[in-house]
Amino acid sequence: MESLIQPVINGILLGGLYAIIALGLTTMFGIVKLVNLAHGDLMVLSSYLSLVVITQLGINPFWSMLMVIPIMFVIGFMLQKYLLNRVLGKEMEPPLLVAFGVSIIIQNLLLLVFSPDAQSLMTSISVKTIQLGNINLPILYLVNFFIGCSVVLFLRLFYNKTFLGRAIRAASDDEGAAQLMGVDTKNIFAIAMGIAMITAAIAGILIGMTFSFFPHTGAQYLIISFGVIIIGGLGSMKGALAGGIILAEAQLLGAHFTGPGYQLLIGYLVLLIVLAIRPQGLFGQAH
Amino acid sequence: MTSELILKIDQIDVFYSDFHALWEVSLEIKKGEIVSIIGANGSGKSTLMYAIAGINSPANGSIEFCGERINDLEAHQSVNRGIALVPEGRRMFPRLTVRENLLIGAYSPRSRKNIEKNIKKVHDLFPLLEERGDQKSNTLSGGEQQMLAIGRALMSEPSLLLCDELSLGLAPVVIKDIYKRLHVINEEGITIVLVEQDVKRSLKIADRAYVMLEGKIALEGIASELGEEQVKKAYFGM
Repeated sequence: MESLIQPVINGILLGGLYAIIALGLTTMFGIVKLVNLAHGDLMVLSSYLSLVVITQLGINPFWSMLMVIPIMFVIGFMLQKYLLNRVLGKEMEPPLLVAFGVSIIIQNLLLLVFSPDAQSLMTSISVKTIQLGNINLPILYLVNFFIGCSVVLFLRLFYNKTFLGRAIRAASDDEGAAQLMGVDTKNIFAIAMGIAMITAAIAGILIGMTFSFFPHTGAQYLIISFGVIIIGGLGSMKGALAGGIILAEAQLLGAHFTGPGYQLLIGYLVLLIVLAIRPQGLFGQAH
Repeated sequence: MTSELILKIDQIDVFYSDFHALWEVSLEIKKGEIVSIIGANGSGKSTLMYAIAGINSPANGSIEFCGERINDLEAHQSVNRGIALVPEGRRMFPRLTVRENLLIGAYSPRSRKNIEKNIKKVHDLFPLLEERGDQKSNTLSGGEQQMLAIGRALMSEPSLLLCDELSLGLAPVVIKDIYKRLHVINEEGITIVLVEQDVKRSLKIADRAYVMLEGKIALEGIASELGEEQVKKAYFGM
């Protein structure tokens, strides 16, 4: 029994990181009904941006957020305003294809500039742990979890309490009616993408500190994001957190009982079970 | 009446890709009037409202609001000029509360300053919206939603209020109640354009009326002077 405590705690902590990985994807799906296939690659782009900032300025990865977050916001805003907004319409396919194109471009650009070698963002806390009796708490995982939860909380407050947040929710409920209220929905969608990219920037830096990354890692995180939001419910913030923790628990407990080889398989089995029992996800709205 | 024009539409044509929806429609609305636009389904009433509100723009002709050409304004810009449309089917934001729906109504810069004052005005007009403030808007009944839709439009401090099919799917007693409030709104100086299929009711409240048929204006006149036969003929194109 005691041996279970460690993987359960690790799962919860990893779940916080998974939540913030998925947050941008769920944001864009919830607000713009856009499945951003480039989400994972944009996250890895943030990891590389952080790498550049760190090596150029010799600062800690956390401080690099101050630069990477605004850069990614602008990239997201422009991407939506000048590219994706043009293909948004009644059909699902054109934006999907454009996002897929963006994904390929980013991957190859990263490959060209940074070579296929694995990289990581080194910090002093990468290897430190807190010892509580028999349990090890890696400090980095605690930080990931704390930041993941804070961003979810912060975004919820933003959506519920601010004029802009309400306008974003209104635009996602009924775009046409929102325009009639004076909301420039195209601009709102660009801001939403900017916000999604803020979360991608934070996620990218946390990932970079926690695991190693290379130009093609994006796909892996895109799949995790899909897993998280399918379990948690499309477009739901709470769902991202719950989905993140459930997926991470499934993977880590799966690894605990059956060996690390089955870790991913068990994660996706749980996902399939959720899909079978509750297709709209835990916090999703049935249509 | 020689009072000032608030809206002047001159010979506009509107197309939905290949479909010619409005044919050289002209109409004039004076400040402070209630004007009713009557017509059967598909006669172009809503298209006309959409053109005024900036949802679609006319291929030719001109729309002037307070003397300024607004043909190419987008919907969110028209709101900021003082044109509010209560859309057909009410179009609530279902995941927002009643109060949040009202707040969104005040999104444009023109109305940001007086939010609390305007909310109070709307609450005085429809006290129910204050009671139900924290409920999600999709828990309201049809009539209550219509009140919210009107209140939400009023939050933008419009000088011209366009109402598209207010009475659709509502019980007669509720419609009567809502029409009574329209009078109050009009008395505050807001010009109202009513689009209706319910001919009798809308002629009763309006100063003037236009009857539309197949994308054209078939008849216009002072509401109280239009005969039932005359309207019927124009309505059905007999």
